[in-house]
Amino acid sequence: MNAILELRGVSKAFPQHRAVDRVSLEVKAGAFQALLGPSGSGKTTLLRLVAGFEVATEGDILLEGRRVNDLPPYRRNVSTVFQNYALFPHLTVEENVGFGLERRGERDIRRKVREGLELVRLTGKEQRYPAQLSGGERQRVALARSLVLRPGVLLLDEPLAALDPALRKQMRGELKELQARVGTTFLFVTHDCEEALSLADRVAVMNAGRIAQVGSPQEVYLRPATRFVAGFLGAVNWIEGVGIRPEALRLGLDGAPGNGEKRRRAVVVGATFLGNCLHVETRLESGDPAVIEISRPFPAVSPGTPVDVWWHPHDEMRFP
Amino acid sequence: MRLRFWFLLPARLGMTVLLAAPLAIIVAYSLLHRGPYGGLELPWTLESYQRLADPLYLRIVARSLGLAAAATALALALGFPAALAIARARRYRNLLLQLVMLPFWSSFLVRTYAWVFLLRDTGLVNTTLLALGVIREPLPLLYHDGAVLLGLVYGYLPFMILPLYAALERLDPALEEAAADLGAHPWAALWQVVIPLARPGIRAGSVLVFIASLGAYLTPDLLGGAKTVMIGNLIQNQFTTSRDWPFGSALALALMMLVTLLVTHLLRRDAEAL
Repeated sequence: MNAILELRGVSKAFPQHRAVDRVSLEVKAGAFQALLGPSGSGKTTLLRLVAGFEVATEGDILLEGRRVNDLPPYRRNVSTVFQNYALFPHLTVEENVGFGLERRGERDIRRKVREGLELVRLTGKEQRYPAQLSGGERQRVALARSLVLRPGVLLLDEPLAALDPALRKQMRGELKELQARVGTTFLFVTHDCEEALSLADRVAVMNAGRIAQVGSPQEVYLRPATRFVAGFLGAVNWIEGVGIRPEALRLGLDGAPGNGEKRRRAVVVGATFLGNCLHVETRLESGDPAVIEISRPFPAVSPGTPVDVWWHPHDEMRFP
Repeated sequence: MRLRFWFLLPARLGMTVLLAAPLAIIVAYSLLHRGPYGGLELPWTLESYQRLADPLYLRIVARSLGLAAAATALALALGFPAALAIARARRYRNLLLQLVMLPFWSSFLVRTYAWVFLLRDTGLVNTTLLALGVIREPLPLLYHDGAVLLGLVYGYLPFMILPLYAALERLDPALEEAAADLGAHPWAALWQVVIPLARPGIRAGSVLVFIASLGAYLTPDLLGGAKTVMIGNLIQNQFTTSRDWPFGSALALALMMLVTLLVTHLLRRDAEAL
């Protein structure tokens, strides 16, 4: 197990509340690890603990096998891409990217800065100031500024939150491609499930200061460990005590269910057209409401229509 | 459009009556002769301006510039850490700001006199040190450039702290975290990030303290005694004891020109930096 970052029972207690509560997590070298959770779940505090901006009140933080709890941020081999990028407004792009290299007294700074800017495809803007850049360009500068230091782990705090939606999708792709290219371990914080699932290869879902589940995007979405994880990652229908995602339900207007599928009688209550899919709201015989997500072809349903609802038992999510 | 005219009218009238008119009078005074018993006489002359070149007066101008520069530097050295501490203080920030402004609640004259009572031979400092046996004779704490400098720094320190605070308070804390994250020791972060970004505040505070110090007349008058004369005292003398209004006016205008040149020079540099 070649974990580049290991958290062992890490806690952070503030006077008023316990932001991080005995969290243990291993991040493998080269991983793209997400910390996913609602606001107040402790994910940002956890990231700040790794960066060194906060000091853990309990537990060990191991970076490349070394305990770094007592090291100040400027002695830790990690680097942070801040939510608003925190670029130095009085320095040019080139000077921003070279800042860390200069502080470390490295050689060949000009070359390294040039390579860093090439890495994020920002050549030609060396002499610009942050105020003269677009949101996406600022993020690239922040990425280059951190990556030129070759950190053991790159920490990203809500890396896409400051961008407008159209740019967010584009930068998501670029970020994933960049991580694959440089091979640096990325640890990023997000409250956006789609972002976590699409970017990361490992997702740690946090709730109330603790890690509720760690797994691949498919594991946490398809096999959530708790009701919280199931509900946070997507919509859930609760039918007879088990959870089933709307897209796992099928609407049977006639005919027999597929192999091994369960069938319940239901009545259509309403329908919402969402463009790429149709949400049909039904009420089962048992009284449970169920939303069924249907992709094309969209059936014509009207309230009061009796229907069958089918699903595969292997799509059921069971919790103790 | 009409609304704008009426809204600007009071300010325009105020500026005309309180600034432009007195200034015009001073310009006129500076171009006249001094009468035998004071007062003003025609014909027009540039005599007062020619007298400005007298080495005696140039020395006073130089001393004033030196004292004002020293007061500015000291106020900056004292004010920057104070402003930084206030900007960082979370709970007591407002209280600390109130304390900075507290001296303004009493008269500047009274506060300067308080220094006289503290520093004179029979003042609190000397009597205490004498009583403790630290010294045998009173220390000469008053009536020299040092005392004037102390008074200037004391009097104008809030003018340094407040703009510095305004600049530092606006600073995004993430910038310092970013500096630390990129390997900067707190001192390096201070020099490389905090101070450069606080530059507008440093400049504003310095200009305020420098201008106020350069024109100071009460502080050198009370704390400097007869020895230290600054431009302010010289101007005051012309209008009172010397009864030379034309020369006093010429001095006042010269001081104004000096300040205007210095400030526009600084502001131009500010504009270039952006």
